[in-house]
Amino acid sequence: MSAVAEAVSTDKTDIAVSVNDVTKIYPGGVEALNDMTIQFPKGELTSLLGPSGCGKTTLLKIIAGLLEPTSGSVTVNGKNVTGPGKERAFVFQDFALMPWASVLRNAAFGLELQGVAKSERHAIAEKYIDAVGLKGYENLYPHELSGGMRQRVGLARALAVNAEVLLMDEPFSAVDEQTRRKFQEDLLTVVDDEQKTFIFVTHSIEEAVYVSQSIALLLPRPSRVSEIIRPDIRRDISPDAIRRDPVYLDIVERIWKGLRTYVE
Amino acid sequence: MKLFGIKIPMMASLIMWAIIWEVVGRLELSILLPPFSNIVMRLFEIVPTATFFSAFWITAKCFIIGTGIAILIGIPMGVLMGRSIVFDRMMLPWVNMFLSAPLTALVPVLMTLFGFGTKTIILTTVLFAVWIIVLDARAGVKNITPSLVEMTKSFQANFWQAFTKVYVWAALPEILAGIRLGAIRSVKGVIIGQLLVSVVGFGRLFELYSSNFLMEHMWALLFVLFFFAFLIAEGLGVLERKFEYYAASRN
Ligand SMILES: Nc1ncnc2c1ncn2[C@@H]1O[C@H](COP(=O)(O)OP(=O)(O)OP(=O)(O)O)[C@@H](O)[C@H]1O
Ligand SMILES: [Mg+2]
Repeated sequence: MSAVAEAVSTDKTDIAVSVNDVTKIYPGGVEALNDMTIQFPKGELTSLLGPSGCGKTTLLKIIAGLLEPTSGSVTVNGKNVTGPGKERAFVFQDFALMPWASVLRNAAFGLELQGVAKSERHAIAEKYIDAVGLKGYENLYPHELSGGMRQRVGLARALAVNAEVLLMDEPFSAVDEQTRRKFQEDLLTVVDDEQKTFIFVTHSIEEAVYVSQSIALLLPRPSRVSEIIRPDIRRDISPDAIRRDPVYLDIVERIWKGLRTYVE
Repeated sequence: MKLFGIKIPMMASLIMWAIIWEVVGRLELSILLPPFSNIVMRLFEIVPTATFFSAFWITAKCFIIGTGIAILIGIPMGVLMGRSIVFDRMMLPWVNMFLSAPLTALVPVLMTLFGFGTKTIILTTVLFAVWIIVLDARAGVKNITPSLVEMTKSFQANFWQAFTKVYVWAALPEILAGIRLGAIRSVKGVIIGQLLVSVVGFGRLFELYSSNFLMEHMWALLFVLFFFAFLIAEGLGVLERKFEYYAASRN
């Protein structure tokens, strides 16, 4: 099947994030990751797909610098990760917005922490609030927004700091199905517009195939990469046509077969 | 309140008790229990006097300064305990001990150290109020959604930013509850402090009235104090409820 290529370019200059032999054992003895090695190409959206509890969040947090690996290392643009950094931004599954702050302040919060002047950071935040489709909602508070809109604020906040790498942990799992589809389409536009590297955790095979340039299939805990799939689906047709495209359906089917062995 | 299946409003039950008090008072069973109406009359007689006013002023001053200090110490300490395991281990046993300790017994010690003046009263107030404020701020910080803490870290907030821009606000509902409970304890502290020091403020008045068996004056003074304690607790309760919405929207 020519639509699926398994090789990932290993050209060093094209790699944004590189995870090298990372093992993570939680205090208490749970081994979440075992000797994991994976590379994320620059400017692409790579999905991490795997059974529940296989360590996707753990991997993402290690890349984010929020967790320390037990052994192994992570490099971003060739530099070792020792903690959170300016070149990475996180989008949280439960949004992690500040309920006491307006949409505008939430979206500008990363810049606020960097000490960017108020008028400047508000201008930048407004641009990204617009980009995620929330123009006109700047002065509302998170509790006045729907789940989908809240996650857009989370995405705007991550985009506003202009990080090269965006880490997204099941960003759409807390929103309803219609919103989710609209969101996936918008995400594709954002990926096209912003020359950024996206690492995207999801439970949904369809979602992964729809939004990703490459998909890393993870084995159950302690996790390693079992396979990397590049779903080269057509992007020039309408979203609904894509979801009916035989190539798209084939890849979904193939991934499902690969994962089913672990579910059963 | 319900009586014989009929709903009785709060005010009515208070009036009922006042009437019972009046009747018992008029029976002249004890010098300790003068008729209610006499007390009310005495109340209007005492309150406008300069002695009362200066006592009230000292009390208010000690209460405000004491509560203020307790808040300024209590919140940072609680937030720090909530965020740092080491600091928490160091402080928690002491905080818990002081929270349940009979602090009144410490007031004589304070008196020997700080004399028979407002300083001792203010310190007593702080000592009464601060522990619950610490514990509530700590609980508030411990309740912060983990992802909010991760968000703060991932955008590289320094300690001061994390503290002032996120942790204190995220813990605000608990912190406000702590301040309300702390203020109620402050009232106790400021009164007990004055009673034991007994040469300034209401303490002096109580001393004066009780040594002269002026029971009507005693009760009038107590009513005033109860009323203010109630007012403070209710006022802070209203403030607290204003922020309730976001405790619910926190996760
Ligand atoms: N703080 C922790 N302490 C101990 N064990 C943990 C901790 N966090 C996660 N684990 C365990 O590590 C394993 C991997 O967790 P992780 O959250 O990374 O999985 P996941 O792939 O993101 O799962 P899900 O798809 O359900 O989100 C799980 O078995 C989990 O129970
Ligand atoms: Mg997860």
